[in-house]
Amino acid sequence: MTSYLLFMATLAGIYALLSLGLVTIWGQGGMVNLGLVGFYAVGAYTSALLSAAGVPIGVSLACAALAAGAVGVVLSYLTRPLRGDYLAIVSLGFAEVIRLIATNEKWLTGGSDGLSGIRSPLKLELGAAHPWFYLLLVWAIVGLTAFGLTRLFRSPYGRALRAVRDDEQVAAVAGKPVLQLKLKTFFVGAALSGIAGGLYAHLTSYIAPDGFVPLLTIYIFLAATAGGYTRVVGAIAGSLAVVALLEGTRFAAAVVPGLSAVQVASLREFVIAVALIAIMQLKPEGLFRSVNQKASPDRRPSHGAHAAAPDPARGSANVLAEALANRT
Amino acid sequence: MFSDIVQHLVNGLVMGAVVALPALGLTLIFSVLGFINFSIAAQMTVGAYAGWLVNSQLHWPLVPVLAVAFAIAGGIGMLGDRLALVPMRRRVSAHTPLMVAIVSIALNLALENALRFGFGSDLNSFDLPIARDVQFAGIRVGPQQVHNLGIALAIAVLLAAFFTVTRVGKAMRAVADNPDLARLKGIDPARLSNLATFIGMGLAGIGGALLAIDTSVDPSTGSRLLLIIFSASVLGGLTSLSGAVLGALLIGVVSEMALLVISPVYQSATAFVAILLVLLVRPSGLFAGASGVRK
Repeated sequence: MTSYLLFMATLAGIYALLSLGLVTIWGQGGMVNLGLVGFYAVGAYTSALLSAAGVPIGVSLACAALAAGAVGVVLSYLTRPLRGDYLAIVSLGFAEVIRLIATNEKWLTGGSDGLSGIRSPLKLELGAAHPWFYLLLVWAIVGLTAFGLTRLFRSPYGRALRAVRDDEQVAAVAGKPVLQLKLKTFFVGAALSGIAGGLYAHLTSYIAPDGFVPLLTIYIFLAATAGGYTRVVGAIAGSLAVVALLEGTRFAAAVVPGLSAVQVASLREFVIAVALIAIMQLKPEGLFRSVNQKASPDRRPSHGAHAAAPDPARGSANVLAEALANRT
Repeated sequence: MFSDIVQHLVNGLVMGAVVALPALGLTLIFSVLGFINFSIAAQMTVGAYAGWLVNSQLHWPLVPVLAVAFAIAGGIGMLGDRLALVPMRRRVSAHTPLMVAIVSIALNLALENALRFGFGSDLNSFDLPIARDVQFAGIRVGPQQVHNLGIALAIAVLLAAFFTVTRVGKAMRAVADNPDLARLKGIDPARLSNLATFIGMGLAGIGGALLAIDTSVDPSTGSRLLLIIFSASVLGGLTSLSGAVLGALLIGVVSEMALLVISPVYQSATAFVAILLVLLVRPSGLFAGASGVRK
């Protein structure tokens, strides 16, 4: 039981990293990445293959982040002149193609059998204490990322990014490098998904294409929206909630009599989908609402009062004022 | 070799004709309502199951089966739109179209799993007479495939007539072209959005039923084609109805022709490559003059 709980807590940390990636790209950048699971898979396979080739795990994780981030930049660059819908379609397609490659390029990825025996840091040295160590490692990375992102979102870069999210033309008029901001943001978000993938590979020591289905993207969207999709703290709380919901429905489904395995599985996915629809309708700002991070003269983030994620009441003029106030 | 190429060409046209219907639906909904409705894939499956039910239980023949597929998929499509998407669309925000698109993915997942819950994951085949493939100069074509091609083209022609001749059809094109101007002229966008959703989802339902008649139906029938449908629509510029049909035929032929050089497992990857190429070369779509969705 302890090892099960440890595994779930570690998995929640990995989901938190994925959600943080989504908060960066979607919540703060306003771009929709439906290929989250594709970047996750790129990270997992990159780190697994490199570490199998003898590269130290720290380096292989860094490469996983770079690989996923680079792909993200290419995709967002290709769709730059078009409405955000195109990025959504292209990223969705990208995740499918990655899964096709993972299933069929046996020489590289082991095909549908997957890769097994992936190394994990200090596994032999620590023995029974290893799951505890890995849990701490994952959550330490989550903590560092959360800290870094919070700083980033408060910086002039973050404010300019939100100005781009709320109105690209206004931000461009205010002299913000719109394309550059978006590409950098997509890089950061995709790289976080890549790290999450790498951490997952070293956690389970086995990866296969079945682990990278589009459903995972929906889980992460649910996590981010449940927590508040513009907030760092929301991503973390939402991930814990989603893992709890997923595991809870697993036990709950076992109690309902007379259901086949297929029905139980479909019922769980149905619940997840309906939960996402309900939250988006009823409480789109999630548990933690986005605070209106106005540029006050003393550069103190103002809390409370003004709220709502991309606040419709806040007109372009306000965004322009914010963008102008933050010229650096 | 030559007959190989022609065989792939024929297969591609047949597949493209079937894909053209959901691609038309997607394009129609995007033009009139301004967002991408990902649940079109599940509505294909809904249509396929509806057709399969009346065919295998009541032994209805082809044309009524397709009518049922159209009506049920259209009806459920409208219902899903009302329950899940309309409340999202009411919110006024710069990000509404993308938010609605995300909710439509969740709707797609919910529908697919509702079908899986009810029917299981098994493959189900239609109960229609099987005819021998027609051989002509070394090219094999199944009579059902010829039917599919003919039916899809007939529906495309009907639609074209609907959009050029009828008042409602013209109003719909007006909304797609310029919603503000259309409203000024007294066209009610809400009523048209319902109709566009009904027709769009109904078309997807027919497409799904035709596909299932040719192969079989299971809960993922539509989802497997999602990428190809999108590439057909993107090739046509996302807002052009004739572009969607041409895009579907083109992607059908290209993805079948690609089998000459790549392994069949990568067939759906050609759709992704096609999208990327179009975005690189001509983002507004291959067939549309001024259409396409720039910022």
